[in-house]
Amino acid sequence: MNIRLNLVAAKTIIRKEIVRVMRIWVQTIVPPAITMTLYFIIFGNLIGRRIGSMDGFDYMQYIAPGLIMMSVITNSYGNVVSSFFGAKFGRHIEEMLVAPMSYATIIIGHVAGGVLRGLLVGLLVTIIALFFTRLTVAHPLIMISIVLLSSIVFSLAGFINAVFAKKFDDISIVPTFVLTPLTYLGGVFYSISLLPEFWQNVSKANPILYMVNAFRYGILGTSDISISHAYAILFVFIVVLFTGCMYLMRHGIGIRE
Amino acid sequence: MKALSITNLTKTYSNGNQALKGINLSVERGDFYALLGPNGAGKTTAIGIVSSLVNKSGGQVEVFGHSIDTELEAAKACIGIVPQEVNLNLWESVGNIVSNQAGYYGLHGKLAKQRVEKYLRALRLWDRREDAARSLSGGMKRRLMIARALVHEPRLLILDEPTAGVDIEIRRSMWAFMQQINEAGTTIILTTHYLEEAESLCRHIAIIDDGTIIEDARMSDVLRKLQREVFMLSLTGELHEAPDLDGFKTQLRGDRELEVEKGPGSDLNDLFVQLNAHNIHVSSLRNKANRLEELFMRLVESKQPGSGE
Repeated sequence: MNIRLNLVAAKTIIRKEIVRVMRIWVQTIVPPAITMTLYFIIFGNLIGRRIGSMDGFDYMQYIAPGLIMMSVITNSYGNVVSSFFGAKFGRHIEEMLVAPMSYATIIIGHVAGGVLRGLLVGLLVTIIALFFTRLTVAHPLIMISIVLLSSIVFSLAGFINAVFAKKFDDISIVPTFVLTPLTYLGGVFYSISLLPEFWQNVSKANPILYMVNAFRYGILGTSDISISHAYAILFVFIVVLFTGCMYLMRHGIGIRE
Repeated sequence: MKALSITNLTKTYSNGNQALKGINLSVERGDFYALLGPNGAGKTTAIGIVSSLVNKSGGQVEVFGHSIDTELEAAKACIGIVPQEVNLNLWESVGNIVSNQAGYYGLHGKLAKQRVEKYLRALRLWDRREDAARSLSGGMKRRLMIARALVHEPRLLILDEPTAGVDIEIRRSMWAFMQQINEAGTTIILTTHYLEEAESLCRHIAIIDDGTIIEDARMSDVLRKLQREVFMLSLTGELHEAPDLDGFKTQLRGDRELEVEKGPGSDLNDLFVQLNAHNIHVSSLRNKANRLEELFMRLVESKQPGSGE
């Protein structure tokens, strides 16, 4: 493999993705900012006042890490799935497929684009959160590593969705029917300690619970789950999903006749 | 070493359509090679396999000695492709499309910028470099695809109907450009529906029909096989009846136009001697159909069911 060529190619894909995000900022940056502002106003400010505190933090503080993580997850996923599927649909994916870069470079370039958009939106949501509540970071390294790894996981998942998608409807099925419910049930708005034991155990099968809680631990220092479990789950997901992406690209599934 | 070597290449699509039935092709370095065939004959499938956009079912493909099975990246680095259908990111700017392609081939910095400018200028798109691709006309989009395919200066350029839908003036300037690229050493494979384009540009021709190669030879050898040619003669005076000419079939097409079919063994000198004898004077002469078109139709028709061959 020509490493220099692949580095230049990866840089090109990342730059192209950044240009795309910025070109359509009204679709990529503004909507999550508005949605999250509404969450903070309605759930945090209006309803949160009646809920009081959770795990020793006021409700607004408690949900802020979850909302930041939720925006990172949905935007990382959404960026890769829409960009890669758009390239498939418009057939300009062929520009990359005919070039001598490796399949890993195509995957990494798109995942990096997803991570950058996820982190950019996450940063914006964090700034919005600071208008409503006070956040101090308890464990900065954990916070940064968890948000980065989670963003990689969902960017890879978005890539697989894009590979299989045949029409635009197919790129909204997973976010609507899988991602959103799992995120809402992943402890963004509540601690699973409030649930009966059976539902606590069911909740532990939801990988997003680990990401949200580990990220919350990084900021607030409180979590419903073990942080080492969260890292283990994230690494397993990354390895499995990346292997899946490579398999799909090598065999041309969904991208070559 | 051949620029392109295809051995026993087969492709069967998942719907059971056997697009390629074991084709063999060999393209010499520096050649200008025409790959012709009717719609659905398998041209685009063959090109798709060479450029790794289509998975093959069997056979071998080598590009400048690099097998697409074992040295895919090295093979890809040698190829530039202009596909039949527009596959540009229409929201991207003209300049970005070409510079991104340079990046995908590992070109960056000053060299990439120089190449982008060189090919956008050569294809008369430099002034439109900031515009989105969607704002370009059909012909400009085709030229942009050529600039994009050339930015890494490939050794083998594959053009799949590059001049489809392009007006005659631009088509001719594109022919001149392609000839220039070929003279500079780039091997070119061209598929086209304009057979006069293939005849005037290409030195070698392969005709593919129903997934098999039915002709593969030098252009001059192929044209020599043409036994029958039809000419349209414009006459200086009026004629009311087609003359009876020995060795030629004649038919009147209006009072000042005569259609003459030349059979094997006869030549044009003989035709003019006989016309003179009939006191018929010719002001101009042209082929009724392009010679290659004539041959192409005959070869393809001879393969049709019920043709007796």
